[in-house]
Amino acid sequence: MIPEIGHFALIMALALALILAIVPAWGAWCRNVAAMSLAPGLAMGLLFFVSISFVCLAYAFLQDDFSVKVVASNSNSLLPPVYKFSALWGNHEGSLLLWALILCAWTAAVALFSSQLPLLVLSRVLSVMGGVAVGFLSFSLLTSNPFERLLPSIPSDGSDLNPLLQDPGLIIHPPLLYMGYVGFSVAFAFAIAALLGGRLDAAWARWSRPWTNVAWAFLSLGIMLGSWWAYYELGWGGWWFWDPVENASFMPWLAGTALIHSLAVTEKRGVFKSWTVLLAIFAFSLSLLGTFMVRSGVLTSVHAFATDPARGMFILLFLAVVVGGSLTLYALRAPTVSSRVGFSWVSRESLLLLNNVVFLVATLTVLFGTLFPLIMDALAQGKYSVGPPYFNAVFVPLMALLAPFMGLGPVSRFKRDTLPRWTSELLVPAVAAIACGLTLPLLHGEYNLWVALAVTLAGWLLLGLLKDLWFRIGGGRDIPTGLRRITPSYWGMFLAHLGFAACVIGVVATTQYSLERDLKMSPGEREELAGYEYRFIELAAVRGPNFVADEARFEVWSGSELVARLAPQKRRYLATGSMMTEAAIDPGLFRDLYVAMGEPIGEEGAWAIRLHYKPMVRWMWLGAIFMGIGGILTSFDKRYRTQRSTSRSSATGAAHATQA
Amino acid sequence: MHPVRKQRLYLVLFIVVFSSAAIGLVTYGLRGNINLFFPPAEVAAGKAPVGQAIRVGGMVVQGSVERSDNSLAVKFELTDYKASVPVVYEGILPDLFDEGQGAVASGTLNAQGVLQASEVLAKHDENYMPPEVADALESSGYDHKGNPK
Repeated sequence: MIPEIGHFALIMALALALILAIVPAWGAWCRNVAAMSLAPGLAMGLLFFVSISFVCLAYAFLQDDFSVKVVASNSNSLLPPVYKFSALWGNHEGSLLLWALILCAWTAAVALFSSQLPLLVLSRVLSVMGGVAVGFLSFSLLTSNPFERLLPSIPSDGSDLNPLLQDPGLIIHPPLLYMGYVGFSVAFAFAIAALLGGRLDAAWARWSRPWTNVAWAFLSLGIMLGSWWAYYELGWGGWWFWDPVENASFMPWLAGTALIHSLAVTEKRGVFKSWTVLLAIFAFSLSLLGTFMVRSGVLTSVHAFATDPARGMFILLFLAVVVGGSLTLYALRAPTVSSRVGFSWVSRESLLLLNNVVFLVATLTVLFGTLFPLIMDALAQGKYSVGPPYFNAVFVPLMALLAPFMGLGPVSRFKRDTLPRWTSELLVPAVAAIACGLTLPLLHGEYNLWVALAVTLAGWLLLGLLKDLWFRIGGGRDIPTGLRRITPSYWGMFLAHLGFAACVIGVVATTQYSLERDLKMSPGEREELAGYEYRFIELAAVRGPNFVADEARFEVWSGSELVARLAPQKRRYLATGSMMTEAAIDPGLFRDLYVAMGEPIGEEGAWAIRLHYKPMVRWMWLGAIFMGIGGILTSFDKRYRTQRSTSRSSATGAAHATQA
Repeated sequence: MHPVRKQRLYLVLFIVVFSSAAIGLVTYGLRGNINLFFPPAEVAAGKAPVGQAIRVGGMVVQGSVERSDNSLAVKFELTDYKASVPVVYEGILPDLFDEGQGAVASGTLNAQGVLQASEVLAKHDENYMPPEVADALESSGYDHKGNPK
């Protein structure tokens, strides 16, 4: 009964989404206030019905209702309850429902928090989001109904959740990632609404900025969690593989990074307007493209749950409608909204333009590398794969190019700045950064040019930020008052840039300094790696709630000091009999020690063992967390709340130009 | 020149220079870093290049996996039921690697027709088969689970 209620609620939601997509948009077209005023209520109703649907499916999972097909194929009565719940989105149908739920939550949030928005704009924005919801809800209902029953032959037990997905990281990774993915639909909706209204001004940028920043923040956190999960769960210590599905989430992030910077310029200075709109369309299109690639089964990946050509066709059509429609609208309307505000080449605008170009080019090169195998396959030119070396070769130089200018960014001024001022402001930080680059890598013992470069660039970013902060709090005359004057959006920028610096160091130091050894070890044997002695103490058999495992117990010694006890496992899950490696990690700010088990070798209890020494790997995820917090922090800025929608001209915008 | 036009000129110049640099990077990155998939039948027919990075995928032949007793070296054969290719690999195999299951090995082919694998990928779960392998099996008249049609 419960699944039928869920199914019915989903159909109701589709009906409401259809009304939301049509009626308020029509109202906005012919200025019918009554029709426009329906939008917020409809958005709430939409969220209500999708939530019911979601709760019903969650109930089916928690109650082991194996008559429901997705439950039977993705859950098991032995599964711990928390994984029964997260199994909901560990499959195609359920994850699509989660997607729809989050989309409706964003829509409702826009309806709820946009009281300062003119009704005309609000109704258009909500209508566009309703249209997107129609696409996803009909996709769910027509091609991947999560409530499909297995009647009359109900299986006595489910066939279990993929053991790889039975992990705390995977409970929150998809929701966070979807929050980001789907969040770009808000930026998209604002852009389309602005094109429809033919008015793109600072006010428009100010409305869509907090939403975009928050979406970007969630996407950063989601990607970071995915990377972290891959690191400890896949058992080979990698944290980024340039896997097409990783790229699918990374491309919207790159485009989104360009977008949040371009929005900043549009809000402050009223330039780059049509460019910003294009980026908003681009970022959301990449989110949809990601969905297509992941869900259509064209990719070889852990994320490719199901391969059903009908689903691929549907998303491809949806993508064509969204991209084609919005680009057509853009072509028709963008010429009317272009800006005529000049700026000098030595100014913050041109630095942000550089940021945009770099991120856009990075997005396009990743897109090319990701689509290349698909295109070649479609043209019957053979089955290629494009590996990490390609992505590293194009991506790393781009980021290295970005960093020197990024250090300039916070210090620079809008509209017009001078080279002598930049030099006088940043000479000391530059020298200090180079000094750091020359000396700090020595701490590790082995001097490495790439690490030196990374430390220099990160130091440059950090010192530039600190210098600017010092200037903003009034040069130390009255620090408490100065600190209080600083806006949340400045702190957000500060943290996010700091996070980027940490990421740069983490990525480069891990890549350059990591040591890895695969070897055969028997209990009692010792092995030295990077100054740590790994002692294989014993082998034990352990039992978990739904698996049995061989556990290798290790002690790690540094000289005469016991550093860590590590117990990696090789698990066999009872429901499916599938094998899983569970790595053991001793985490640290400056180094991770990592042990994973391969397979047994010979008859005398020896195992293939993988030992890793990973310096500063945590910095990367810490950096991403900083970026996430920074992004969320910016949306707490007062100016996004207080002002009513009087459109500010770009001239008054310039008065705020000193804020980030 | 009019300042706005001058600015545009610089912008266009900048974009041209920058995108050519990016295209240069892309072509450099693609050179030697993409590799082509070959079904075992094509490898046996001598269609695969020797000494170049390629991928070979198929079913792991029952009884073909030989592990060394004192190192991580392992030997196995991949088949599409038309022909099979011997593979040598040193390292830890993925969890779901097993005889009678699908796998993809990437590496270089030596003159004796043995694939020296630097990476071995297996499927990710019970029902999943790498699409290349599924296609290769399809073309030799087997379904994606390796049963004859």
